[in-house]
Amino acid sequence: MAFLDLDRLSLAFKKEQVLKEASLQVERGETVVVFGPSGGGKTVLLRLVSGVMQPDSGDVRLNGRSILDQGPEERGVGMAFQNFALYPHMPAFENIASPLRARRLADSEIERRVHETARLLKIDHVLKHFPKELSNGQKQRTALGRALIAGPEVLLLDDPLRNVDAKLRYEMRIELPRLLKSFGGSVLYVTQDYKEAMALGDRVAVLLDGRFLQIDRPAEIYKNPADVRIARLFGDPTINLYPVQPRPAGNGIEIELFGSKVTLPGSHGHLQGRECLMGLRPEHIHVHTEPVEGGLPMELDAVTPLNVRTVLFLRTQDNRELLATCSEHEQGNFGRGHRAVHARIDFERALFFEPASGTRLPAAA
Amino acid sequence: MDRSNPVTKILRGLALLAIGLFFLFPLFWVALMSFQTNEQILRIPPSIVFEPTLSNYWALISGRLVSTAGVLEIKFMGNLWNSVFLSTTSVALALILGVPAAYAFARFRFRLSEDIAFTLLSFRFAPPLLVLLPLSLYFQDIGLTDTYVGLIWVYQLIALPLILWIVRGYFEDISPDIEHAYRIDGHSWWKTFTKIALPLARPGIAAAALLSFIFCWNNFIFALILASAGKQPVTVGALAFVTASGIQYGQIAAAVILSILPTLLLALYAQRYLVEGLSLGAVKG
Repeated sequence: MAFLDLDRLSLAFKKEQVLKEASLQVERGETVVVFGPSGGGKTVLLRLVSGVMQPDSGDVRLNGRSILDQGPEERGVGMAFQNFALYPHMPAFENIASPLRARRLADSEIERRVHETARLLKIDHVLKHFPKELSNGQKQRTALGRALIAGPEVLLLDDPLRNVDAKLRYEMRIELPRLLKSFGGSVLYVTQDYKEAMALGDRVAVLLDGRFLQIDRPAEIYKNPADVRIARLFGDPTINLYPVQPRPAGNGIEIELFGSKVTLPGSHGHLQGRECLMGLRPEHIHVHTEPVEGGLPMELDAVTPLNVRTVLFLRTQDNRELLATCSEHEQGNFGRGHRAVHARIDFERALFFEPASGTRLPAAA
Repeated sequence: MDRSNPVTKILRGLALLAIGLFFLFPLFWVALMSFQTNEQILRIPPSIVFEPTLSNYWALISGRLVSTAGVLEIKFMGNLWNSVFLSTTSVALALILGVPAAYAFARFRFRLSEDIAFTLLSFRFAPPLLVLLPLSLYFQDIGLTDTYVGLIWVYQLIALPLILWIVRGYFEDISPDIEHAYRIDGHSWWKTFTKIALPLARPGIAAAALLSFIFCWNNFIFALILASAGKQPVTVGALAFVTASGIQYGQIAAAVILSILPTLLLALYAQRYLVEGLSLGAVKG
C-alpha cells in the first residue's frame, strides 16, 4: 500500500475537465515529479492533496486513510507555491514560523527551529526583512523554509523554481535533491521543465490532458516514452519526427527517408506495412564531414552551441529539417555550417509511434 | 518628476496654490466669519480686519443665543453629539456586517451572488426622497420614528453598500494563495480571515469606513424627516440659526467649523492606514 495514494481524481472547471481519473502512488520518502505542460492540471492536483480544493470524484489517501474530509489545516502537509505566497505584512521570520505558531510551540523552540531552517537555506541574515525587501531567490527560500519547517509527511512543491532567475534555478536544481533527501518526507514536485524533472525525481509522472500518461524513472521515460507528446517534451533539442511506411525489401524492411531508401535493422521488422511516426533523438544522429558507410548526404545549415552539447541544424535532400547534436570538441570540424555533410543515423534506437493517437508502437518482442 | 526644470517647478507650485486657494478660500472665509459678530459680517465692503470675538462659539457651547429679539435656546452641542453617535455607530455596524459580506462576495461564487451585491449597490441609486415617505409611514407603524435605532438602520443604506463594494475590491486583490498557504500552515479559516485577509485589506477598510462616515455625517434628509430635535444631527440642527429675527451668520460659521472638526480629525488619523497599503505592496505584485 502506497503512503500517499491519489486514486482516480477527477475535477472539472465549468465545462473543462482538468483531471480525468488521474491516479498516482507515492512511497514514503520518495520524490515524485509531476511533469507536464502548463494548464495540464498539475497545480490543481497539488491543491487537491493540500485540501484547498475538492475533487469531483476520486479519493486522496494518506497511510491508507482518506483525507478528503479534512480541511487544509488538518492534513499536516507542507506546500510551496509557484508565486511564493508569502505573507506581505510579516517579516521572513514570521513567515517561516507560521506553521510552528499554528502548532502552538513555545517561543524559544520556534526561535531555535526558524534559525536552524534559515541557516540550512542560507537566509538567516534576512529574517527581519519583509517579503518585498527580499530578492526572488530569498523569497523562494523563505517559502521553502515555511513548507519544510514543521517536518510534514508530505511536501508539495508547485514549480518553486519557476520565478527565479536561470542561474539560481540551476544551482537549486543541484541543491534541492540533497535538501529533500535530508528532509525525509514524501515529495510531490510539480514542474514543466524536463531537466528539473530528470534531476529531482525518483520517479516522474507525466500529466497530459488530465491523465498520467506515464509514470516511471526519469531515464526510462527519456529512453522509452509511452507517447509521442512525451517524447517531444522530454529532450532538448526536441526529438526529430517523420512519418514513414516500412516496406519489405529483400530479407529486411526499408523506408523512404529524406529522398533515399534506407534499410532498417531487423529489430523493427514487425512494423512492416504500418504507417508510423519515426522519432530520432538528435544525439543518435552522427554527423561526419566525409562520406561514411550508411551515411545520408545533407546540408549543414547552422551550428549552435548549447551548454555542453552543440546543436547542428541539418537540411535533408528532400528539404526537411533535422536536428543533431555533437560534443563540444567535435564542433570544430563543422566550422559555422553551410557545408555538405553525411549523417549516419542510429536506427536501432529510433522510436516509432502510432501517427493518429501518438501512442508508442512496441519494440519487437 | 526629477527631470523637471525650475520653470515647470514654479509653474506647478503656482497651479497648486491656485487650486488650493480656490477650494480652501470658502472654508477660510467661514473660519473668519466664525470670529465675527453678525454686524461685522454684514458690513459692506467686507474686510478681513476685525476685532475677533469668541461670542459665537460661546453661544453654541452654552446653548443660549442672545439676539435682538431675545434669548433663544439652541441644542447645538446635543446635535453635535447626535452626529458623532449616529455616524460612529452606523459605520461600526456597517463594518461588522459589510466586511464579512464583502469577503464572502470576493471569495465565494454562490448562486445569485452578483445579483445580491448589485441589489445592495442599487440602494444608492434611488433618491432618498423617493423612499422617505413610505419609510416614515412604516417607521411610525413599528415605532422606530425618532429613535437612534431607526436612524442607524436607515444610515445602513448609506454606509453598507459603500463598505461592501470598496472592501470587496480589496479582498479580491489579495492572492487566494496567500490565504491557502496560511491554512496549509495549520491555521483555521477564522484565523486566516483575521490574521491575513483583514490586515491586508485594512487600507481599503479604512478608506471605506472614512468615506461612509463622511456620508453619514453629511446626511440631512433622513434625519430631518425621521427624527425630532432631540435626536437630530448637526446638519439638521444648523437650521435653528435661521431665526425669525434673521440669519445668525456668525453662529452658523462657528457651527460649521465645529462640525467639520471630527471628520477632519478622523481623516488625519485614517490617513496612515490609507498610505500603509501603498507602502506594503501587499496587493498585486
